[in-house]
Amino acid sequence: MITAGIDMGARSIRVLILKDGEVLARGESTAGFDTAESAELAFNEALEKAGITKDQLDKIVATGAGRESAPQATDTVTDVGAAARGAHEVAPQARTIIDIGAEEGRAIKTNGNGKVMDFAVNEKCAAGAGSFTEAMSRALEVELEEFGALSLESTESIPMNAQCAVFAESEVVSLLHAKTPKQDIARAVHDAIADRIVSMVRRVGIEPEIALIGAVSRNPGFVDALKRGLERDVIIPDDAEFVGALGAALVATDE
Amino acid sequence: MKANYGYMDGSGEYYITIDTDHCNNCSHHGCITGCPKGMFQVITDDYDDEVAEIKEEFRKKIKYDCADCKPTTDRPPLPCQAACTPGAITHSW
Ligand code: SF4
Ligand code: SF4
Repeated sequence: MITAGIDMGARSIRVLILKDGEVLARGESTAGFDTAESAELAFNEALEKAGITKDQLDKIVATGAGRESAPQATDTVTDVGAAARGAHEVAPQARTIIDIGAEEGRAIKTNGNGKVMDFAVNEKCAAGAGSFTEAMSRALEVELEEFGALSLESTESIPMNAQCAVFAESEVVSLLHAKTPKQDIARAVHDAIADRIVSMVRRVGIEPEIALIGAVSRNPGFVDALKRGLERDVIIPDDAEFVGALGAALVATDE
Repeated sequence: MKANYGYMDGSGEYYITIDTDHCNNCSHHGCITGCPKGMFQVITDDYDDEVAEIKEEFRKKIKYDCADCKPTTDRPPLPCQAACTPGAITHSW
């Protein structure tokens, strides 16, 4: 059986094709103004890499905030359901899943079989670490790729009061004017994001093991802040940003 | 399943929790008409259960949308909770 999962995120669209439970190919595109067109790009990339045509797919399931606008999909699954199913596949020992997108975050408690028990969603402005860190790295004039690593060099923890990207940006500028080292500011930014995520995770209850999925898992500064906030280690699966698409493809297989 | 919708900001934590285990056996779906802002809807979830959820457009601003029901001087019973006789709805603030 060949299935595809399409994760229609706010910033990125990711497609994953599965054949009999094995990953055949992945495709990715930036979510543009025309999300259907962006989905087509990622979808065609995955088909090409897999060396198959769309007709050979038995089922296509979409997830993500824009899941209803994936023209290829024959069915949908919520972000929460897809994250839980996908995480169970790549980190079966995890009972708590943290999924951070560009503009939203989710904490999910599962039953050990990939089924959602409880969840919390935070879709407030810049609640996902993605957009927030981008805005803050711009304010600090540091490349986004270096921003996470920079915070690991911090020697002093400083509090950051603003919870909103707009106010945080002006706070960062004030700290820069006060000659606060960029390393400490970077750490403060990651700590502020991790604080909000940890509060969300505590709502569903922390049950080990904990898995972190989503593209933000590639940011070592955020991962460090999250571990400190949770006072625990977290599992970061390979290709963590594709776990939602994998979950959708698995849901397609399960049905 | 406890489904939490909301956020934390600089002023506190604002979450509405729906214990969806109650929704499957709820025949009246009182939350839909009980909330004056129309924040609730009943959907079929990923496991084919009928459950209530907070509509997406309200999730980022529940503190403000619920403010009319929560005057600072008084705390009358919340319309959503009064309408949900199975007792599935709680607020964190
Ligand atoms: S009234 Fe309460 S139990 Fe019934 S559907 Fe609404 S939230 Fe669920
Ligand atoms: S407090 Fe009022 S506005 Fe808020 S959910 Fe309940 S009934 Fe609706």
